[in-house]
Amino acid sequence: MIEQLSVFLENQPGRLAQACRTLGNAGINMRALMVADTEQFGVVRVICDRPNTAKTVLEAAGFGVSVTGVYAVETPDRPGGLADVLEALGTAGLNVEYAYCFLEPGENAAVNVLKIDEGDARDVLEAAGYRVLRPEDLYEPDDPS
Amino acid sequence: MFQPQWEAMSREKLEAVQVERLNAVLTRVYERVPFYTRAFDEHGVRPQVASLDDVGQLPFTVKDDLRSNYPYGMFAAPRRDIVRVHASSGTTGQITVVGYTQTDIDNWADLMARTLASAGATADDVVQVAYGYGLFTGGLGVHYGAERLGAITIPISGGNTKRQVQVLQDFGTTVLACTPSYSLLLAETAEEMGVDLSSLPLRAGVFGAEPWSENMRAQIEQKLSVTAIDIYGLSEVLGPGVASECSEQHGLHVNEDHFLIEIVDPETLQPVEDGEYGEVVFTTLTKEGIPVIRYRTRDISRIIPGECPCGRVFRRMERVSGRSDDMLIIRGVNVFPSQIEQVLTGIEGVAPHYQVILGRKGSMDTVDVHVEVAADTEFDEIRELEELQRRVRSEIQSALAVSIGVRLVEPRSIERSEGKARRVVDQRGDA
Ligand SMILES: [Zn+2]
Repeated sequence: MIEQLSVFLENQPGRLAQACRTLGNAGINMRALMVADTEQFGVVRVICDRPNTAKTVLEAAGFGVSVTGVYAVETPDRPGGLADVLEALGTAGLNVEYAYCFLEPGENAAVNVLKIDEGDARDVLEAAGYRVLRPEDLYEPDDPS
Repeated sequence: MFQPQWEAMSREKLEAVQVERLNAVLTRVYERVPFYTRAFDEHGVRPQVASLDDVGQLPFTVKDDLRSNYPYGMFAAPRRDIVRVHASSGTTGQITVVGYTQTDIDNWADLMARTLASAGATADDVVQVAYGYGLFTGGLGVHYGAERLGAITIPISGGNTKRQVQVLQDFGTTVLACTPSYSLLLAETAEEMGVDLSSLPLRAGVFGAEPWSENMRAQIEQKLSVTAIDIYGLSEVLGPGVASECSEQHGLHVNEDHFLIEIVDPETLQPVEDGEYGEVVFTTLTKEGIPVIRYRTRDISRIIPGECPCGRVFRRMERVSGRSDDMLIIRGVNVFPSQIEQVLTGIEGVAPHYQVILGRKGSMDTVDVHVEVAADTEFDEIRELEELQRRVRSEIQSALAVSIGVRLVEPRSIERSEGKARRVVDQRGDA
């Protein structure tokens, strides 16, 4: 599973910039970022290097942060790529809470991030022939210390 | 019940007793206390009532009246009949003195015995009195009650927490009396000393003299393995023994044969309906040393409507939820910020840190309550956060009876201050 940061943000100008700046100042590189917005507040989902260090850094700067386990699946960058993945999960009866994707520059593949609460999605995805990414495929993991 | 002949008497009989006792005390203060002679004359009221409906005509007494008649000016008994004094220091530092005759001390012992009995204590119990002894009413108040009940009474007073734990263990204490916060300190100390409180005979606690919440009760009951009973009193009226919870733990029965309780709107001073919040006002019905007529406590509470399954006739007041000095008026409704805090302590996922922002849209007041999300929240669960927001909003609205907006704000984002937190930001004048 991939460790994703979920950062709680009040809908306030500049708050997202502050969160990004905080990570930047700590030398933490971001791979992907997705904002989920409601009328009152937002939650920013971030995949970045050293996620647990990033959490500590953000918390020290006053942000509310949790680390969430998500799946990252590589699919060929072509029409219907994500639909195939979702259908495979649906057939296995697995419910996807949310999904977003990003492209790795220079590679002809998309990375799909999936939040799936129940069941063992890894087996289902691998049985369907997908490559489920490990943390080190995507970002620099935290020091084991 | 320690005195079922009083505690479970009929409502009609009780009200007859109240009227009779009230008239006696009105005569007493009118004849003996110059302050009341003046107050009744200035209001143009006779110190007599035909029924409890007439109580609203009587003048109020406030803390300042006790201060300006310091030390003995409010006493209604000759000096030679006074056998004890207690004193309380106000926030301003100036103390007020209250005096007790032998009859007062006797009644007080009965009332505190009732209180301990309502926590389940009997003559077979061992009561550790860890309230301070001295000018403060807590220690001696509980002490006389425990003796009246016939329990073994340990006058250990406050402080020296390690010794408290030792005594708790060695003397087989079954009932603990102290402030709620001290009970938690005691539990922590016991833990540090390696004493397992749940293995001891301790089973009940009577806690009062400071505000506490349902959350704190749950903590105390779990850490000390006790049933935690809330007790209420103030020295100007008596000391502990004015009101106490029963085993139902749902509201504090006011000893109405000794004290008349009213809940009034702190602004208009008119009585509010049963069930509505307002300032608690007491008239002492039997006190000889220093009776008070319609004493404004500044405490905010309400009468819990309906009868209690325990069989006591006395009405119940809710746990005190704040001070009238903090009251806000929103769209004509009285609102006490502490009620918001009480709601928040009962909701998991939010911190009890909040700020009330008052604004104005056209001619309407708007209220937005900013509430901190707890730092350990699962922030990824947006639906749960939205659900949390809805829940906070509906619970605050039903507690305040005013429609409000709720905004969830980031953990630790509301300013903390050393002294009084800045709970209310009034922007109504800015528009
Ligand atoms: Zn009861």
